[in-house]
Amino acid sequence: MGSLDLSFFTWDLVSKFLVKGFLFSVELTLVAMIGGILIGTLLALMRLSSFKWLIYPATIYVNTMRSIPLVMVILWFFLLIPFITGRPLGAEWSALLTFTAFESAYYSEIMRAGIQSVASGQVSAGFALGLTYSQNMKLIVLPQAFRNMLPVLLTQTIILFQDTSLVYAVGAYDLLKGFETAGKNFNRPVEAFLLAAIVYFIICFSLSTAVKKLQLKIAIVR
Amino acid sequence: MNRWEWEVFLRDTGGDQTYLEWLISAWGWTLAVAACAAVVAFGLGSVIGTLRTTPNRWLVGIGNAWVELFRNIPLLVQIFLWYHVIPALIPVMKHLPSFVLVVLALGFFTSARVAEQVRAGIQSLSGGQKNAGLATGLTLPQTYFNVLLPMAFRIVIPPLTSEAMNIVKNSSVAFAVSVAELTMFAMQAQEETSRGVEVYLAVTGLYIVTAMTINRLMAYIEKRVRVPGYVGGGT
Repeated sequence: MGSLDLSFFTWDLVSKFLVKGFLFSVELTLVAMIGGILIGTLLALMRLSSFKWLIYPATIYVNTMRSIPLVMVILWFFLLIPFITGRPLGAEWSALLTFTAFESAYYSEIMRAGIQSVASGQVSAGFALGLTYSQNMKLIVLPQAFRNMLPVLLTQTIILFQDTSLVYAVGAYDLLKGFETAGKNFNRPVEAFLLAAIVYFIICFSLSTAVKKLQLKIAIVR
Repeated sequence: MNRWEWEVFLRDTGGDQTYLEWLISAWGWTLAVAACAAVVAFGLGSVIGTLRTTPNRWLVGIGNAWVELFRNIPLLVQIFLWYHVIPALIPVMKHLPSFVLVVLALGFFTSARVAEQVRAGIQSLSGGQKNAGLATGLTLPQTYFNVLLPMAFRIVIPPLTSEAMNIVKNSSVAFAVSVAELTMFAMQAQEETSRGVEVYLAVTGLYIVTAMTINRLMAYIEKRVRVPGYVGGGT
């Protein structure tokens, strides 16, 4: 041991083992991001409303999700979904639902901060102009909240992309699983995991560098 | 849905203990992993975070590289790196138990986040504090130890609280290398007893209890060490 042999790493391997996993990781990230931001925004609006019957359920949901490890949430959904739907959905579908539900709690905290960052005078001005609550939110508050929070939302998405590797717990075929399977098939687990780390690093580092640039750009405009 | 069957925890695992005893020992492993990783993370993170605020370009560069490296690889992949890759490259590491490897993985992973908070805490102090320290004749290290760090560490207690809670949550990833902590217990006990809901509820409850305890503990510390007359930690 001690020396690495990367000769097993060929295009054939990439197309056979990695592409499928990579596409699922990306799909999971995008679905959970879009679903999470939509549901998260709703949760944030519920928590910022003046109705107790909206505030409490949303608060309990967000705080519960945020205090449980993601792996446990993945296991819970995998266990409970067959009870609810009556038939097993498979690890991939289960993961899509889990991540959307889980991430919406985190996105909702970001959106809540974003909505609160909009000066209250703007809300009052909107109402004074005769806008309804939903017009006020849709036309004035949410666009600004979203814009202010864009870098944070994207950073959360990078974390989400990293977290997709945890579907390992239920055996869904993601990028990491692709590397693991390739390593097993060629009996080179050391090289496979090293390459996995490098690939994840390159993806996440370039994304976070891009987000930093975006942040500077937005900061200048404001 | 079937009825509750909490008696499942009194069943024998076939290994000379009940599931309840196994659950308690698993909780112990979770606490041990989290506590040891927290020591590594807060220790390393404080040093790295401080280095990133020094005037030395090299130290800043090392600090930045450290943070980027450990922040941009998923925790699970980092655990596999420590478990599969590093022992293959450094033979001395081969004999370390997976507990130690997980502690190192989780500790290094979290140290990057802690470093980021510590850096932000130090940089949030007004530049006058540092200049005043230097002007009174303190050396740069003395200024750090006597002026900047005591203030910065108080400011970063709230973000470090959430990092401490994250460590407990993230320790669940140790299941992947068969450390007998709560998540590992949840998976195995669920399989053996088929009473997944009871098992998961107990484990989830323990995670929440642990996180809440840390939260209260840190809030207490924050209150005790608060600088009189210094309101808030505007980070």
